[in-house]
Amino acid sequence: MKRYSVFAVAREAMNWHTGWERAWRSPEPRRRYDVIVVGAGGHGLATAYYLGRNFGITNVAVVEKGWLGGGNTGRNTTIIRSNYLQDPSAALYEKARSLYEGLSQDLNYNVMFSPRGLLMLAQTEHEVRGYKRTVNANLLQGVETRWIGPGEVKALVPIINIDGPRYPILGALYQERGGTARHDAVAWGYARACSAMGMDILQNCEVTAVRQANGAVQGIDTSKGPIDCGKLAIVVAGHSSVLAEMAGFRLPIESMALQALVSEPIKPCIDVVVMANTVHGYISQSDKGELVIGGGTDGFVNYTQRGSWQHIEETVRALIETFPVISRLKMLRQWGGIVDMTGDRSPILSKTPLGNCFVNCGWGTGGFKAIPGSGWAMAELVAKGEPGPLAADFGLDRFREGRFIDESVAAGVAH
Amino acid sequence: MLTLTCPCCGVTAEETELAPGGEAHLKRFGPGASEAEFEAYMFARANTKGVVFERWRHAYGCGKWFLAARSSVTLEVFGTYPAQTSAPPADLIAAIKARVPGWEGYP
Repeated sequence: MKRYSVFAVAREAMNWHTGWERAWRSPEPRRRYDVIVVGAGGHGLATAYYLGRNFGITNVAVVEKGWLGGGNTGRNTTIIRSNYLQDPSAALYEKARSLYEGLSQDLNYNVMFSPRGLLMLAQTEHEVRGYKRTVNANLLQGVETRWIGPGEVKALVPIINIDGPRYPILGALYQERGGTARHDAVAWGYARACSAMGMDILQNCEVTAVRQANGAVQGIDTSKGPIDCGKLAIVVAGHSSVLAEMAGFRLPIESMALQALVSEPIKPCIDVVVMANTVHGYISQSDKGELVIGGGTDGFVNYTQRGSWQHIEETVRALIETFPVISRLKMLRQWGGIVDMTGDRSPILSKTPLGNCFVNCGWGTGGFKAIPGSGWAMAELVAKGEPGPLAADFGLDRFREGRFIDESVAAGVAH
Repeated sequence: MLTLTCPCCGVTAEETELAPGGEAHLKRFGPGASEAEFEAYMFARANTKGVVFERWRHAYGCGKWFLAARSSVTLEVFGTYPAQTSAPPADLIAAIKARVPGWEGYP
């Protein structure tokens, strides 16, 4: 792999940019790999990357039924934050956020991490108390957040309407180090780094069966033929239950459609991320100038990747109330992704009933922000066979034992 | 938008008039159940990609619970039936089988 640098740009410019090599190889599957990661989204690729980087395991295949980064990695609103209430979540998401800070250098690929600051608006007395509690919890966890009043919110976001008719802005939970990153670049950067380590990324290769014997996985059958493996990591977000059924167990997960939309591009008007959980809407402005807007999930099991009109209406209505200045804006496009919701709204990084099979799922509506930390913790789990400190509390057994990591109240619907 | 016909009051209602209630026909184990059985009842879900059976409530209508058979891939609704049944009715199963070739049937 040729390194990207200013010198590389200069060198290639001399050759009319004909010398750039492909960012990753597209190999044919081998007969056997030490580890197969199912799912070439952010989490799967990050798992493979940290398996190689932290544990020297490079005989790895990342299997993907569609194209790389074409699921939720390419469908989210790119928000990165770590202001969670519970200690295990804060540790995991803060690890991810801190890895994002150096990710471009680490991968030699510009992921355009933009720590522009993130506000979670408090619009009811209940939220004020909730977020002040989160600020205090974050102080103890070493996550830098603070509580700011309506005046400071207005100074940070001049286009906001702080004395809205229904839900006036009473303050906000402010994480200055939160922000956004270029979602596709995160997948592409990890893919390029994995490929450079000799890992195979197998696109258009759908898993059709999980072969097993004596309580262990032997390999998988795919649309490109059977592949054997030493260990199997299932990192497929919305389709986790489908893969789990092939492997012969059930997960505490329900898959639902979550949708987002972007407006036509406009001049810069908002340089922070704003989340309004009471009215279910969150907004940021992309580098292209589009307002990136996210809303709520459908409430029922759904694999459509489509979304529904009433959620667009609810989300846009809420945002117009908070940002009256955008009321004449046209929406450019809308899309949906299938999110894997757990009962406690916390992820699952776990061993499974099959000895050499591991799952990483349940990130629900907020997986993008966690990609580097999730890959880091999952790689440790797969390499050692036991969870490390980051993943220890996120096992499947927490449901049986009642040790929930309850973020459904702390995080609300929006991520 | 998803539209379901409430078998209790007969009204064909849009999704916004209804409240989803999750997987139908979950078996609740009584006193003496093992932890694994109770965990399965509480948390483990089929979450099928294909034909699903689920609970709905006609929240902004008659307020009654009912059950529906639906495809989670196309959102096609195969039928609705009363909540006071422990398994999908035979005629509905037959209708789904005719509509979805290769469906393995209700487990």
